[in-house]
Amino acid sequence: MARCFFAALLLAFAVIAGLAPGSATAAPVSYTLPDETAAFKPGPNLEVVQNNCTGCHSADYINTQPRGPKFKKDFWQAEVTKMIKVYGAPIDDADIGRIVDYLAATY
Amino acid sequence: MIDRREMMKRAGLTALATGFGSATAFALDTVTLPFDNGERPLVKYPQKRPMIGLTSRPPQLETPFSIFNDGAITPNNAFFVRYHLADVPLNIDPDKFTLEIKGKVDRPTKLSLKEIKKLPAIELIAVNQCSGNSRGFSNPRVAGGQLANGAMGNARWRGVTLKAVLDKAGVQQGARQVTFGGMDGPVSDKTPDFVKALDIDHAKDGEVMLAYGMNGEDLPVLNGFPLRLIVPGYYGTYWVKHLNEITVIDSVFDGFWMKTAYRIPDTPCGCVEPGTAPKATIPINRFTVRSFITNVTDGAKLKPGATTLKGIAFDGGKGIKEVTVSLDGGKAWTPAKLGKDLGKYSFREWKLPVKFSAGNHELKVRATNNAGDTQPAEPLWNPAGYLRNVIETVRVTAA
Repeated sequence: MARCFFAALLLAFAVIAGLAPGSATAAPVSYTLPDETAAFKPGPNLEVVQNNCTGCHSADYINTQPRGPKFKKDFWQAEVTKMIKVYGAPIDDADIGRIVDYLAATY
Repeated sequence: MIDRREMMKRAGLTALATGFGSATAFALDTVTLPFDNGERPLVKYPQKRPMIGLTSRPPQLETPFSIFNDGAITPNNAFFVRYHLADVPLNIDPDKFTLEIKGKVDRPTKLSLKEIKKLPAIELIAVNQCSGNSRGFSNPRVAGGQLANGAMGNARWRGVTLKAVLDKAGVQQGARQVTFGGMDGPVSDKTPDFVKALDIDHAKDGEVMLAYGMNGEDLPVLNGFPLRLIVPGYYGTYWVKHLNEITVIDSVFDGFWMKTAYRIPDTPCGCVEPGTAPKATIPINRFTVRSFITNVTDGAKLKPGATTLKGIAFDGGKGIKEVTVSLDGGKAWTPAKLGKDLGKYSFREWKLPVKFSAGNHELKVRATNNAGDTQPAEPLWNPAGYLRNVIETVRVTAA
C-alpha cells in the first residue's frame, strides 16, 4: 500500500527531493507548476503592458474578462487604477494611459 | 497522463508561445463555458486530473462539472484551486513546518505538524465553495474570475479544531477576532498579503478546524498542503491555505481582504438592483442554498420514456430539508428522494425517476434548507458577482 502510494506520488510530483520508497517520515515536497499558456494579444503598446502587468500575474487574468461595449475604456481604467492603488503595482504615470488604450483596443 | 509537451502539441501552443497564436490555437484542448468569452484551456497540473484553467499565475483551476455526477465527495485530484497572489509555496518540508499562534494569548505557541497531529483528531465532511463561483453568469457581467459552476467541492476533512489550538495558547480577555495567514504571499511587498479574520466566538465554536487530511490523504499542494483552515458553511475565502500564522486581536481586523474585498451588500438578500452600487456592505459569510442537476446537461438529447434525474444540493450549514424538481419550467414541482445524509455541511445527493414525453422540456431544481431558506426564481445580483443561487434550469429534448 505504502509502495503504491509513493509510486503515485512520484508520478504526480515533478520532483520529490530525497524520497526513499518506504521512508517513514514525511518527505519535503517540491512542486513544479506547468509553464504559462496564455499570452497577451498583439496590440498597441504591447511592450508597455508586458513590462508592467506580467510581474504579478499571467495574461489570462485579462483575456478572460467580460467583453463588449461596457467593458472598454472605463472598465479597464478602473482595473489599472485598482492594480496601482490597491495592489501597489509600480506603474509610471506616463504608462497608465498606454496600458488602458491597449486593453480597450485589444479586449 | 498527458505530459506538458504533448499537451502543448495538441493545443497548438507552440505557435502561441512564439507569438503567432490566437484564441483558436487552443482548439483541440479547450472547453467552452456557457457564457461569452468562456473558452478555457483544459490543463494538467501535478496531483490533478485535467482541469479547466482559469489563470496560470497564480494558478486557478475549475472543476469540470461532470465530476459532480460521480458522487457526493469531490476527489482531491479534481478539487478546484484558487489563489490570489503569485508567490505560491512550491517547496514545503512538513517536518520543518510550524504554525504560530500569537497576539492576545497567554502562551504564544509554535506547533509543528507532528504536534498538531498528536491533538485529538476530528473529521468533517464540508463543501468549500469559492465566493466567485458562477460569477461568469452574472448579468450584467462583472469583473473578476469568470467561473462557471465548478469552483466548489465537497471533501472529508481531517484535522483538529481551531478551538483546541486556541485553548492551548490561552485566549485572553478582550479578544475580538482571530486572523489567519498562509505561506503564500504577494510578489510585491506593496501588495496586501492575504489575511482573513473570524470573530472570536466563531473561531472557538468547535467546528472551525485546521485540516491536514482530505479524503484520507494529505492535502494536495494546491489545496493548501500541509495545513489549511476549514470554515464549514462559509465561502472559501476564509479557508486559508498553507496556514502558518494565527493571531488573536482585540479589534476588528481592517486588512484589505476583509475591509475592502469580499464584501456583499448589507441587504437581506445580499443583492442590489442589477448595475447599481450598495449603500453599505458587510464581509461575505455563509453559503446561500444551491442545487444542481448533474446527470443531464443543458441542450441534451434524450430518449422519450423513463429515466432518473440526479444531482446535489447544499447550503450554509442548516442542512438540506427538501429538493424539488420541475419538468415543465417551474409550474409543477415534485419532491426528489434525498441521498445519504453526510452531515449538514456536505453535498446532499438527490434523485428522481421521471418520464419524458417526446418534445422539449425545461427542467428546474430547487432546494430548501432546514431554516426554510430556498432559491430565487430570478438571479440576484451584486457588484462582485457573489452568492449566485438562482434555481438552475436545464433544457433537454426527448426524441
